[in-house]
Amino acid sequence: MSKATDISKINEHSPYYDMTPGNQIYGGGGSRKFCTGEWRTKTPVIDWEKCTQCLLCTPVCPDSCIPVKDGKREDFDLDHCKGCGICERVCSFGAITMKEGI
Amino acid sequence: MAIRERMSGNEAVAHAIKQINPDVMAAFPITPSTEIPQMVSTFIANGDIDTEFIPVESEHSSMSATMGACAAGARAITATSSCGLAYMWEVLYVAASDRLPIVMAVVNRALTGPININCDHSDSMGARDAGWIQIYAENNQEAYDNYIQAFRIAEHPDVKLPFMACQDGFITSHAVENISLIETEKVKEFVGSYEPENFLLNADMPMAVGPYANSPFYMETKMNQRIAMKNAKKVILEVAEEFEKISGRKYGLFEEYRMDDAEYVIVIMGSAAGTTKEAVDELREQGIKAGMIKVRVFRPFPGAELAAALENAKGIAIMDRAESFSGCGGPLGSELKAALYDAKNESTTVNYFYGLAGRDYTVETACGIYQDLIDYVSGKQEAEQFKYIGLRK
Repeated sequence: MSKATDISKINEHSPYYDMTPGNQIYGGGGSRKFCTGEWRTKTPVIDWEKCTQCLLCTPVCPDSCIPVKDGKREDFDLDHCKGCGICERVCSFGAITMKEGI
Repeated sequence: MAIRERMSGNEAVAHAIKQINPDVMAAFPITPSTEIPQMVSTFIANGDIDTEFIPVESEHSSMSATMGACAAGARAITATSSCGLAYMWEVLYVAASDRLPIVMAVVNRALTGPININCDHSDSMGARDAGWIQIYAENNQEAYDNYIQAFRIAEHPDVKLPFMACQDGFITSHAVENISLIETEKVKEFVGSYEPENFLLNADMPMAVGPYANSPFYMETKMNQRIAMKNAKKVILEVAEEFEKISGRKYGLFEEYRMDDAEYVIVIMGSAAGTTKEAVDELREQGIKAGMIKVRVFRPFPGAELAAALENAKGIAIMDRAESFSGCGGPLGSELKAALYDAKNESTTVNYFYGLAGRDYTVETACGIYQDLIDYVSGKQEAEQFKYIGLRK
């Protein structure tokens, strides 16, 4: 069994011999280090005054970018949010707005 | 003691599968390879082996299911022909780049169209750049022997590449020949069990297979595939050496037949090599220095090794059983001519097409090709490239 892959060491400067066969990545949770947020063209912004903490937005986020702590949602994880806008659509209180840009 | 039997090429491969008892087979029937999954299904139904058979609705699915099983940690196999192989196309490349040591029996058949079910190499030759190892059999014995060696080569830690074990549709797959089988215990011991270091079902070490690799990573990935393919050449020879110890049968990257002082040489693949050997014997009786090379391993391509073996030939006919429509040669012709060029070989070399979609290739055909070479070398005739052998005019 291989050791967990240190993906911070596989980057645009890695020579081919430092890459795993088939680019396999060993060990879970590696995607956290892959910032898909840079794909975004629109960014969700929350208005905390309108937010009722109903938590409808959290489960619909396809990228799990709305963290919940002690029963309350926190601000967006913009390192991974791709800006799809589903949270804005599902929010019944107009608390989420998609702004142009990242 | 080896077991003397008589069976078809498909039976021989199915028998090898029965002896190896792989974990998973996913397959979809297509002529002329249908018998292989059919026979394996019978072995499973009879309780002879405990392979998990996945009946799928297409070859795209059979290759995908085989890939999934292999990534999960199973020794996974499939079989196909012609359009079935074509339908796997997309997934073939993924299996290779994901470095999954799948073993696939390919029973060579012409690609449609026009629709035709007979033998040529257009199916697997089309897939020659997919990153799979390709080994071609001349007869049923070789189909059996190559299949048994395939797993050791594909699964070797320095290789980890998928493997096509090819044989000629109908000519080999359906014709019954004498065969020498190896005892099942010896086969099992030779092939060994598949113990991948990493696999998806390993709960202790989760893993990602086939992650996205954009431009900063793609070329590095290809280089690693290329190195694995280069390593395969060495491993193929090592495995062949070990195989000789249990079978008494010798295998290399290619077979040289009466090549010691040969001046006129046919380079060919698959079942037509047997016919060519007969022609060589006849011509040798007449004092003509004819010889033959049968290319067994096409991927990795043994270019430098072939060029060295052809060093003293005066005339060479490279025979392709697949058209590539480049207008300047078939797959074997193009690659071997490039290797001969690099080796500064100055012999007269022609590249012919023969046997497309089951067109007969006889001893007389082969003798005619040797006569061409004699005429070209002596200057009696100017060499004609890319002839279709047996074409009606």
